[in-house]
Amino acid sequence: MHETQYAIEMVNITKKFPGIIANDNVTLQLKQGEIHALLGENGAGKSTLMSILFGMYQPEEGVIKKNGEIVKIHDPNDANNLGIGMVHQHFKLVECFSVLDNIILGVEDSQLGILQREKARQKVLELSQRYGLSVDPDALIEDISVGMQQRTEILKMLYRDNEILIFDEPTAVLTPAEIKELLQIMRNLSAEGKSILFITHKLNEIMEVADRCSVLRKGKYIGTVDVATTTKAELSRMMVGRDVEFAVQKDEAKPEQVVLEVRDLSVASKLSKKNAVNNVSFQVRAGEIVCIAGIDGNGQTELVYGISGLEPVQSGSVLLCGKDITHAPIRKRSLLGMSHIPEDRHKHGLVLDYTLEDNMVLQRYFEPEFVDKLGFLRRKNIRTYTERLIEQYDVRSGQGPVTLSRSMSGGNQQKAIVAREIDKDPQLLIAVQPTRGLDVGAIEYIHKQIVAQRDAGKAVLLVSLELDEVMTLADRILVMYEGEIVGQLNPKTATVTELGLYMAGAKKEDV
Amino acid sequence: MRKSNTSVLRSDGLQTLISSLLCILGGLIVGYVVLLIIEPKGALDAIVALMKSFFRFAGRSRMKYLGQNLARTVPLILCSLSVLFAYKVGMFNIGVAGQYVAGACGCLYAALAWKLPWLPCLLIGMAAAALLGVIAGVLKTKCNVNVVISGIMLNWIALYLTNLILGMVKSPMSPYTMNLMGTNPKAKLPSLGLEKLFSSESSVTIAIPLAIVIAVVIYIVLNKTSFGYELKATGHNYHAAKYAGMKEDRNIILTMMISGALAGLGAGLLFLTGIEDWETTISSVPAMGFNGIAVAFLGGLSPIGSILSAFFVQYINFGGGNVDLQVYCSQISSLISSLIIYLCAFVAFFKYIIQLYLRKRKEKQEAQLLKGGEEK
Repeated sequence: MHETQYAIEMVNITKKFPGIIANDNVTLQLKQGEIHALLGENGAGKSTLMSILFGMYQPEEGVIKKNGEIVKIHDPNDANNLGIGMVHQHFKLVECFSVLDNIILGVEDSQLGILQREKARQKVLELSQRYGLSVDPDALIEDISVGMQQRTEILKMLYRDNEILIFDEPTAVLTPAEIKELLQIMRNLSAEGKSILFITHKLNEIMEVADRCSVLRKGKYIGTVDVATTTKAELSRMMVGRDVEFAVQKDEAKPEQVVLEVRDLSVASKLSKKNAVNNVSFQVRAGEIVCIAGIDGNGQTELVYGISGLEPVQSGSVLLCGKDITHAPIRKRSLLGMSHIPEDRHKHGLVLDYTLEDNMVLQRYFEPEFVDKLGFLRRKNIRTYTERLIEQYDVRSGQGPVTLSRSMSGGNQQKAIVAREIDKDPQLLIAVQPTRGLDVGAIEYIHKQIVAQRDAGKAVLLVSLELDEVMTLADRILVMYEGEIVGQLNPKTATVTELGLYMAGAKKEDV
Repeated sequence: MRKSNTSVLRSDGLQTLISSLLCILGGLIVGYVVLLIIEPKGALDAIVALMKSFFRFAGRSRMKYLGQNLARTVPLILCSLSVLFAYKVGMFNIGVAGQYVAGACGCLYAALAWKLPWLPCLLIGMAAAALLGVIAGVLKTKCNVNVVISGIMLNWIALYLTNLILGMVKSPMSPYTMNLMGTNPKAKLPSLGLEKLFSSESSVTIAIPLAIVIAVVIYIVLNKTSFGYELKATGHNYHAAKYAGMKEDRNIILTMMISGALAGLGAGLLFLTGIEDWETTISSVPAMGFNGIAVAFLGGLSPIGSILSAFFVQYINFGGGNVDLQVYCSQISSLISSLIIYLCAFVAFFKYIIQLYLRKRKEKQEAQLLKGGEEK
């Protein structure tokens, strides 16, 4: 009898956490040399399953097999010895180390205790050349963009000659061109016999690159399908359990008074002497969604820092509802009606060691509703408020309001932030990559919320790297390239190709 | 039944308590071994005398020594509160030792040179110590100087400045400052009759209940108020605090100020009992502040735990003095008590061991369950 050889198998895995069954009898079988997609909503148990594969958790039931033989994985070192490598959704990099040092970390080659950096550098450069993963080996992690940090993670895996490669939502932070490249790399890798497990929410990418796809829903194993014989609609139905709208329905925008006005704004760069944002001017009106499009690292982050007050501005001014807030403290901006869904939810968005309820009032704990005159927190009100937000915005967590934020899945952390910021009832909503790392169900929901905010007469400034998101949500698109706004487009008339040309700096107009 | 056992062991508070007790036990064993190595004959007597501490006295003297020990526990409690308060806001306040010294300087100078009553003396001591804390906080926020570095530097600056200043109120016959009771009895802390409970021990004052009240207040501020919420948020994630519009730099300076003031208060509550005078020729920073660090960790970084662990450390220190000097040299008492205090830093380590044990036991149980299933 011939049996299919599986590179790695996880058979009947069950893992429970307090208040939640993260994996309920899940089976995942990865064939030699295939690209296998793992699809599921936020909190469906994908990350837990992977943590088990890496020995960070031990399952209550089930076994892991490699090439048909049962293996025990106690810690990430065991996984590494079995040739399993992973690019995590949240990078595991040492911030104050260089790219090269991060790549060789743990497998340093040394002679007489002296680190052989030159040899390692050659191998890294060769790998980055071969797979088109451009990195500067000597740059410090804390100084480089999220995109480049991820390329470092991928190189880390390749450097270790891993046979089984796991990509946990690798495309969430990449530009369209980079995604295309990455998918090509994945094809090349699988052609060379490496087995790839590709965790993603993006159905397009699954359709494009994967051979087979396994679906999880709320911790349960739903099934495995051949991608060639399935459709996007079927996959999303398997994942969410109902039909999903891919494009949000929205009416014509009815822009009213100017809410946010940015005049000749310049913000310094931390990386170079050039300004990251250079003489940028634009307006956002009540009742419209203005989207800043562009490739990662063209000044969008710094622009938002300047508007939200996280970094001082070099010159120019910012007006919110007619008031000059250029140098106003962040608290004042917030009280004047600015909400901000930050790009980096771990750095800015959440205090990870606080409970969910403590994070829900991060912007409002000083309001009379949540604190009495003597300065004591009104714990009961905070609990009720959090429970309402959890209910209303479908934030899933193990223990409700008292769940430690660090233990929540990335998507639910993001939902919590979105809930908090929208519920502040702002005049201006700044949303930076609001759906990064979220599944289609959650994306649909957040998109609807953003459109609802617009329809309620709020001004929305959206910064996104995802072309689909830009095209569906925006009423006006501003393209940023090298710190300047190089074009204004109408999403109704513009094409993706045109947008791409502006983003790449090949086309420019005076705005 | 077994299940409930496990869940009790899993509670964080109990794990801390067990770890602290294990630390103490470990310290005693190591101390005993050291005594055995030096001179096996008297080892058992010595360790018993050490553990008995003031209990080896009887009747009125026992109460008197208990009172003295409590009075000396007070500054230890406050120094450990100072350390844990800063720690909760993400800073390691090793400058607590210097802040304690500055507190002693402020209160003693106000008492001996200006002849002020006790309350203003106490406040001046706190202000001097708070100032030292603020310097470290400002250096951290404005110039990004690590508070550990600035703390260590400031410790020495505070020590020599204090020797210089208190040299002006030194008694002419000795290197010590003038006697508090003889010079300015108004500056002695009131006792409200408390000393009667402790065989009229003069060092028993309102300092003892006050220290406990302050520990409770610190607990409440950290855990129940929006002020504590804000400070802890700043400590856990500086960037998120900034994003949320908290005045993150002000919070850090404020924390160091409060932390310093606590250490200064500790010094005031000791020196204003008249139990001790300042020695103006000392050339090393007093261990009190540093002991506060050990006490804070032994107490599981909880204000209430600090009270218990501070008393324990004082108890052992006092007990060290009981070791028979006919058999051992005079340094042995300090050596043994510091060994025990040193071992106290292993709370986190023992906690980890407990968790590891729980995990191993669970895996074993599961393996057995699996085996049992197969046999069937």
